Amino acid sequence: MADARILAAAPAAGPGAPEAAARPMRIALIGNPNSGKTSLFNQLTGLNQKVGNFPGVTVDRKSGWAQLTPARRAEIVDLPGTYSLYPKSLDERVITDLLYDPSSTSYPDFVVVTVDASNLRRSLLLFSQLADLGLPAILALNMTDVAERHGVHIDLGALEAELGVPVVPMNARKGIGVAALKIVMAERLAAPPVRFWQPDSAVQQLVHCLRDHFRLHSDYLALHYAQQAEYLAFLGAEDRAYVQSLVQEYAFDGTAQQASETIGRYARINEILLETVTVTRTEQREPVSNRIDRVLTHRVGGYLIFLAVLFLLFQAIFAWAQYPMDLIDQGIGALSGWLQSTLPPGPLTKLLTEGVLAGLGGVLIFIPQIALLFAFLAVLEETGYMARVTFLMDKLMRPFGLSGKSVVPLISGLACAVPAIMGARTIESWKDRMITIFVTPLMSCSARIPVYTVLVALVVPDESVGFFNLRGVVLMGLYLLGLCSALGSAWLLKVLLKARERSYFIMEFPVYKWPRWKNVGLTIYQKVQAFVWQAGQVIVAISVLLWGLASYGPGQRQEVAETQARREAAIHHWTPAELGRQVASARLETSYAGSFGHALEPAIRPLGFDWKIGIALLTSFAAREVFVGTMSTIYSVGQDADMGTVQQKLRAEKGLDGQPFFTPARAFSLLVFYVFAMQCMSTLAVTYRETKSWRWPAAQLVYMTGLAYAASVLVWQIWGN
Amino acid sequence: MPYTPAVAAPSPIPASRRTARDLRVGETGTICCLEDPVMALRLLDMGCVPGITVRLSGRAPFGDPLMLVLGDEEYTLSLRGSEAATILLKD
Repeated sequence: MADARILAAAPAAGPGAPEAAARPMRIALIGNPNSGKTSLFNQLTGLNQKVGNFPGVTVDRKSGWAQLTPARRAEIVDLPGTYSLYPKSLDERVITDLLYDPSSTSYPDFVVVTVDASNLRRSLLLFSQLADLGLPAILALNMTDVAERHGVHIDLGALEAELGVPVVPMNARKGIGVAALKIVMAERLAAPPVRFWQPDSAVQQLVHCLRDHFRLHSDYLALHYAQQAEYLAFLGAEDRAYVQSLVQEYAFDGTAQQASETIGRYARINEILLETVTVTRTEQREPVSNRIDRVLTHRVGGYLIFLAVLFLLFQAIFAWAQYPMDLIDQGIGALSGWLQSTLPPGPLTKLLTEGVLAGLGGVLIFIPQIALLFAFLAVLEETGYMARVTFLMDKLMRPFGLSGKSVVPLISGLACAVPAIMGARTIESWKDRMITIFVTPLMSCSARIPVYTVLVALVVPDESVGFFNLRGVVLMGLYLLGLCSALGSAWLLKVLLKARERSYFIMEFPVYKWPRWKNVGLTIYQKVQAFVWQAGQVIVAISVLLWGLASYGPGQRQEVAETQARREAAIHHWTPAELGRQVASARLETSYAGSFGHALEPAIRPLGFDWKIGIALLTSFAAREVFVGTMSTIYSVGQDADMGTVQQKLRAEKGLDGQPFFTPARAFSLLVFYVFAMQCMSTLAVTYRETKSWRWPAAQLVYMTGLAYAASVLVWQIWGN
Repeated sequence: MPYTPAVAAPSPIPASRRTARDLRVGETGTICCLEDPVMALRLLDMGCVPGITVRLSGRAPFGDPLMLVLGDEEYTLSLRGSEAATILLKD
């Protein structure tokens, strides 16, 4: 075990080890938040990216392949942005997990540190820590143009000499300097000869013990073992206990040690900067970002602008997306009609049109809205506006037990709760984070959009109220209902939960930038693709299954029901069309799906739902977006082939009294149910992964379903009766 | 130092106990020390080192959080008043 460590550490210490040359290099990309790391990653890897998982944790492991020279390829691993090697959130722990264990197979050959040239002092803190770990490194000096504009001139030669590593100036957003960086990366690098800071004599003995025991190649790494004693996941329980006992024995004070280390490093960095950087202030104009901030974070204007952005978002999703959606809807309807008229009638044709195509239509119809939503979110994130939203909202969120940092997950929850809950990882405080995770699924996600769209369009007239479209206003109301329930639930949890540690807010404001449209496009493409492939498969499969359940029944019950209907037809002198409808209805009611729905009906009758809606509720438990497909399938059984769209089918549905079945009260009861209900297996799974406990997803499921049921009962009992 | 003491009314808080939270918008101070040991680690990581100047460039609409510009207009931090109160300023 210990021997393996020495061997594995060898390439880091001595370059050109034979086994190292055989396999492709692995390079980790690390840097401060907003230092251009992601831009550089995109420049290096292009479309050769894949998103996976770090072992043991759920942080996305973004990696990709870069062609450094025609003969040399390297794997690039993108690490989360951090200010120092001391992790403060789960996200950052990934970094130490990767860099602490030289024997690990995923230990990088060297690191590329992205550094913001206009912000050198703070950026060099992280670099100096990495160098002291003994890792070979390249300094990617980013945003040199910004620094020059600020009158900061950096002597590259002197900086290279002081730091002991190659320094490559670049502009990662524009791709300038990336070619030069690749050439440097293709060379074998030696461990940096310079040490920036040494643990002081008081801890030397502890450091020596750890170094000897684990055969570590640097004092600083040994010190980090002591600092992170509780978290060294890759060590066995025995080794971890050994570290902890040493920490106790030497009365190691991590906090004081870390503070004196950081101050010591800054002192050294200041010396380096004195030698290498000259600042000539040409003009004393306030940076543009600060002037924009004065508008965007204005006490009145700031909120108005934020509201306007949100309103634009809803109008886009509802109004603008309608055109492509109508096209898709009509296209599917036309295709279905054409297939039914051309193909020979039979169960296969029915399977194709009523099962597969109906489900496929339910998937494709989402694409315009999902694309628009993610386009908006990506632009807000890219420009730096999201950080300002955090700033504006913090004071408002705190009474509810949330912080400004919860706003981004909550807003992302409008797109999809799954990435939103993962996004809550940036919230460092346990309590704030748990509350955010718990309430995020109450935000109306994009999977609810089709349910909202279909039902709102069914019962709300397409009229304008002043400047606004009435349907748009109702839709916004549904979203606000979701938001209010999320905030109310958060407040409840704030009262119930005990804090484990204090909550922090401090963060850096990124400078405003124009969005890089390539990044926005990439985001849209990835999200739409993920939706079509992952959700789409489930939806189509469930659609087909449903078609089977709705078309076939147990034993001879369907045949008996059909005979019964024909007998009644003879008595009442029904027209052939009426007979056809009655037969189809009787067959559906006695099918497997009908039996399911009927079994559920007593429980959902107080909500105004019948057994057909019961079937849809049942199937959309796995994923809400299945609802529309299910409704489409259930209501298309026995209806005319030319009745293409879901809305036409629902509108044609008649109740027992011959009136339209979907009254406003019934539709709103259903809408309210979908606002609150927890109907997403993926969300429950991700909550489990993020909280590492079944208690949270179980609580979410029970709480949200109960809320949905109660709210629907309320709507139907007050309005419907 | 571009720091000029307020002309109109002297600050009611004793100079030795002034913190970054007590700055007026647009006013600049120099960090003397960091009070809270755990908060200090974060502040240090983000570049709030004793001796650095901080300028309060704005407050969020309800008075909190604050926007602090560090050093020579290098970058802006956003932090809560309670967090800024751990940053003691020099006289």
